[in-house]
Amino acid sequence: MSKLTEIVMPQLAESLVSATIDKWLKQPGDEVEVYEPICEILTDKVNAELPSTVAGKLVKILVGNGEKVDVGTPVCIIETAGSDEDVPQIVADTIQQSSSNHASGSPDGDSSADRSMRNRLSPAVQQLAAEHGVDLTQVPGSGLGGRITRKDILAYVESVKKSGVVSVPQSVNMDPKLAVRTSGLHLAETPKIPKIEIEQTIPGRGEYFIDVTPMRNAIARNMRQSVTEIPHAWTTIEVDVTNIVVLRNKLKDEFVKREGVNLTYLAFLMKAVVNAIKDFPMMNSVWAVDKIIVKRDINISLAVGTEDSVLTPVIKNADQKNIAGLAREIDDLARKTREGKLTLNDMQGGTFTVNNTGSFGSILSYPIINYPQAAILTFESIVKRPVVINDMIAVRSMANICLSLDHRILDGVICGRFLQRVKDNLESYNSETTLY
Amino acid sequence: MPVMEYIDAIRLAMKEEMQRDEDVFVLGEDVGRKGGVFTTTKGLMEQFGELRVLDTPLAESAIAGVAIGAAMYGMKPIAEMQYSDFMFPATNQIISEAAKIRYRSNNDWSCPVVIRAPIGGGIFGGLYHSQCTESVFFGTPGLKIVAPYSAYDAKGLLKAAVRDPDPVLFFEHKKCYKLVTGEVPDDDYIVPIGKANVLREGDDITVIGYSLPLHYVMEAAAELEQEEGIFAHVLDLRTLQPLDKDAIREAVKKTGKVLIVHEDNKTGGVGAEVSAIIAEELLYELDAPIMRLCGPDVPAMPINPPSEKFFMLNKEKAKEAMRNLAMY
Repeated sequence: MSKLTEIVMPQLAESLVSATIDKWLKQPGDEVEVYEPICEILTDKVNAELPSTVAGKLVKILVGNGEKVDVGTPVCIIETAGSDEDVPQIVADTIQQSSSNHASGSPDGDSSADRSMRNRLSPAVQQLAAEHGVDLTQVPGSGLGGRITRKDILAYVESVKKSGVVSVPQSVNMDPKLAVRTSGLHLAETPKIPKIEIEQTIPGRGEYFIDVTPMRNAIARNMRQSVTEIPHAWTTIEVDVTNIVVLRNKLKDEFVKREGVNLTYLAFLMKAVVNAIKDFPMMNSVWAVDKIIVKRDINISLAVGTEDSVLTPVIKNADQKNIAGLAREIDDLARKTREGKLTLNDMQGGTFTVNNTGSFGSILSYPIINYPQAAILTFESIVKRPVVINDMIAVRSMANICLSLDHRILDGVICGRFLQRVKDNLESYNSETTLY
Repeated sequence: MPVMEYIDAIRLAMKEEMQRDEDVFVLGEDVGRKGGVFTTTKGLMEQFGELRVLDTPLAESAIAGVAIGAAMYGMKPIAEMQYSDFMFPATNQIISEAAKIRYRSNNDWSCPVVIRAPIGGGIFGGLYHSQCTESVFFGTPGLKIVAPYSAYDAKGLLKAAVRDPDPVLFFEHKKCYKLVTGEVPDDDYIVPIGKANVLREGDDITVIGYSLPLHYVMEAAAELEQEEGIFAHVLDLRTLQPLDKDAIREAVKKTGKVLIVHEDNKTGGVGAEVSAIIAEELLYELDAPIMRLCGPDVPAMPINPPSEKFFMLNKEKAKEAMRNLAMY
């Protein structure tokens, strides 16, 4: 078995794409050893000798002296075992033949036999057919497997125009057995951002939507956080506030004249609560997982309701204020809340919350703690009721006080004592009590 | 009009820009005294001095970082990565800094840097000297990417890149350096970034590509026209980022049959995006499946001649793919 090996122009340096044969050192018929130089080559970068990659006999030089060829081009043929010189011719013939095979594979060569793609219609073909009202069964297909190509349609339309045959526009393209598939989708460059419509009634439906305001959202978030994180417990106590009613009735007109603000029951309650917190500092604390933080400052958050929300502005250092001072502060914060003029500073630092639920007629509430505080207290409506005192029935002004507590920090006993202290404080007001 | 090699056109562009604007300077490994391993910067140090042609340490991250910093300060650096393969240590600088500075600073800062890097194989360079890295950067908004095919475009695009207010990656094909010659005007012209170029008109198939493989496509197209009557429409993207979508649409509508060609491997390459654009916007113009002729999805360029030949695109591969598409 003889073997013919092509020696190709090597890549002598990076970026070189061609080289010139300067001089052949071997001639056809010469024997060559492995690595023996067979010719000299010139490039832009280097001049070198080209070594043979095999041992054998040089049978044919393909590139003459002074010719420039691309890297990878065969420059000569070397025969590695004994054989006659016709072989390179055979190689060349085979190459010739295979390339002519390629050439015969022209576009419409053998398409007549294979019809498997005849009913495969590309989107372009369907579109053009619809546009020109072409009956696709009449169009010859020159594509792969008899497929009708875009060019076939264009050629058909052209030929129909030339022959003057008026094509009858078909409603949809061609016969029903050819299923037409479309994606039905149109993809824009970017996906549409969903449109959110607010406060728009949907005709014929018994509901409408209200956009959630940032305020509503904040309330919802805080409430949910409090309820889910804090294990709430609840207790209530009944207080006789007859003395306060008497006291307030005595002082309120003069107070308004003097201070310009109303003397409310809330101010009395606030004072009683603050004093009780001083005796039970645990009420003024925050759960911090591995510890309980007890706050020294007593800052009372006051729940103030408006038409569509509730806010808790803060009375700072409430323990350092007397009843008159608290009354003025309460009036101030309530006004600011209604007018929407609260500042961030007014809202921060609360340590305990008081809610005057009695102002809207409630007699009992189960408040949600103002997170992350430890407790919240409500002051319910003052109502006149028959009460037994020293085995006698008397008509007294009574009110309920409710307390929700964080049961991680506080227990029933301490809260009971705390409420009892609030009650004592409230009931110990008398006509001698001073507001200042 | 002078005829010159692709590499001479790149050198001329840098020379002209350095003459025009004192803020332009070049930096990179061996770009000064040696004049670049490919001679791309040959003579620049002699002409402009070592303050404007900086030989740097072998640290691509530093080359990119220094260039980005200088660009933010108002200079117009042209940083050379000796081979695009060596660019990876600098990707953090390029992708996380250069590309994002304008956006991150709310338009306060900009980074008019040009980073030149030779891509591609076919020069028997093996793993570390043959990679096409454009797909690594292609999906990064904030970078512009150009990849010239001709000597004319190489000069014009490089000049446009230097003048662009934002970072531009300039991917020159190292096999084109000496292979490609063409007429390059002496005058001060630019080739706009973001504009593709029709290399050839035809109505049978559309071939879209960039850089070296388009030479094989053009040779194959000439033969197919002569021998088999197949007329190919060839679009050179020239700019990869941002892609010239109008030109792509226009070219696809011509024939409805699309072949996308590039040397970078097929998966996740530029061709994938071009193909997606066509599929999204031009479904009803298509007369054949979109086809791609790309480098194989193998980890590296082999370092033996038969395998390198297998890896690289060539005229025969282009011709066969184009014929198959025409016959569809």
